Amino acid sequence: MERSIYLDNSATTPLKKEVLDVMMPCLTSNFGNASSIYKTGRKAKTVLEAAREKVAKAIGAEPNEIYFTGSGSEADNWAIKGIAEAYAEKGKHIISTKIEHHAVLHTLEYLQKHGYNVTYLPVDSEGLISLNDLKNAIQEDTILITVMTANNEIGTIQPIEEIGRIAKEKKIIFHTDAVQAVGMMEIDVKAQNIDMLSLSAHKFGGPKGVGALYVRKGIKLPSYIHGGGQERNKRAGTENIASIVGLGAAIEIATDNLEEKTSKIRALRDKLISGIEENIPYVKLNGHREKRLAGNVNFSFEFIEGEALLLMLDLNGIEASSGSACTSGSLDPSHVLLAIGLPHEIAHGSLRLSVGDINTEEDVDYVLEKLPQIVQRLREMSPLYERVNK
Amino acid sequence: MYSEKVMDHFANPRNVGEIPDADGIGEVGNAKCGDIMKIYLKIENNVIVDCKFKTFGCGAAVATSSMATEMVKGKTVEEALELTNKAVMDALDGLPPAKVHCSVLAEEAVEAAIINYYERNGIEYTPKRKCTGCCSSCSTCG
Repeated sequence: MERSIYLDNSATTPLKKEVLDVMMPCLTSNFGNASSIYKTGRKAKTVLEAAREKVAKAIGAEPNEIYFTGSGSEADNWAIKGIAEAYAEKGKHIISTKIEHHAVLHTLEYLQKHGYNVTYLPVDSEGLISLNDLKNAIQEDTILITVMTANNEIGTIQPIEEIGRIAKEKKIIFHTDAVQAVGMMEIDVKAQNIDMLSLSAHKFGGPKGVGALYVRKGIKLPSYIHGGGQERNKRAGTENIASIVGLGAAIEIATDNLEEKTSKIRALRDKLISGIEENIPYVKLNGHREKRLAGNVNFSFEFIEGEALLLMLDLNGIEASSGSACTSGSLDPSHVLLAIGLPHEIAHGSLRLSVGDINTEEDVDYVLEKLPQIVQRLREMSPLYERVNK
Repeated sequence: MYSEKVMDHFANPRNVGEIPDADGIGEVGNAKCGDIMKIYLKIENNVIVDCKFKTFGCGAAVATSSMATEMVKGKTVEEALELTNKAVMDALDGLPPAKVHCSVLAEEAVEAAIINYYERNGIEYTPKRKCTGCCSSCSTCG
């Protein structure tokens, strides 16, 4: 039988059966509009608010601090544009990093075209920002610091609690894109000094098309979509009850026994990392060795190109992702790999394997059997490799 | 995104390797842009009797190299110089727009190998286009 091994859990995850089971009635019998006052409407409202409580509980927030959105990207857009608008009188300076997701980077670029100034903090070779750089970047008119909790490509986890503490001392709002982090590490917005946080359901076994934005009480946030009273007048549009209920169920499952689940994923990750390092020469692990998402493996393989590697893996039933130019849709390799200082030619040869709770030890063994052969095959085809051998 | 022919030439590339006593060797592209193609030609009585390649690059780069080597084998040197990127693309049932430059690189690699053959034999030749050694569509090339 042909094998199929999905190792792109940072891109998306399959919907969990238990999640689908609670979603289904919301599409059929419990079809009401949560704004309606009669019983069917009230039933929809009840499950909507129950989901809000679950999301709040999972990240240590209050239910009225949670706003449902259509995606993690929407949550990022809303947080950043919203703060920029609401606090424009205080200042127009924002601090972020060079390795944010495009949902953050492109939103900041949009604001720069509209008179805002943005400082993009550099990262070191392992993908960490420096807290001193952050302190030095703060200005009188800084209104927002937005730093991702964990990077989607290289998995590096930032010192979120300390960043939040610095922001708090300086009375600056701190937003974090935690799309990759939720369900993979402990998140407690109060303990970690987080003012705003974006998350997305499909990264942890929930449905696509739904996310949430946490906004600490006391922060001014303008309406994002006008036209109705939903989400406390801030995001109009009849709620997607089924997906929101799916988000609630998924986040509850994902954050329950978190340590036990992530330690299993971490063990598979570490087996992949050491297996690749032991069996394939001329490789480099990208990202931080310890401060790293439980499921993230990211390597650069010298002398070969990432898209060719992905295609060859796919022919062998292994599904993964790369930061090469050919897969990024542009001609430049990933901005994250360039930010950690990789030369273009090394960045082109990157591979991300992201482990999830669906993966098994057999999956890892199969990858460790196939990957060295595939890399060798592509290297034998590469004129760069022959130079090294000669 | 890739045609079946592209995938076939990527998964089973024809003519991979080197020719130790090649009569012409051409290399185009650069590692920074993510594509390098190197083509080896064995030429007897003005006919390309053997052709091999080595490529660093994406699926389309491998497939266009493979197809280009197939297309020039058995041709005279002059016929091989007529090879266009469009002919390589057509033979592969097309390429996605972002990958057209790979077919240009394949055409240039064949020409570069023939130029090398001409140089070795003191034959005058005016290159079709001046190859800068770059795919010319990469913003990081300076």
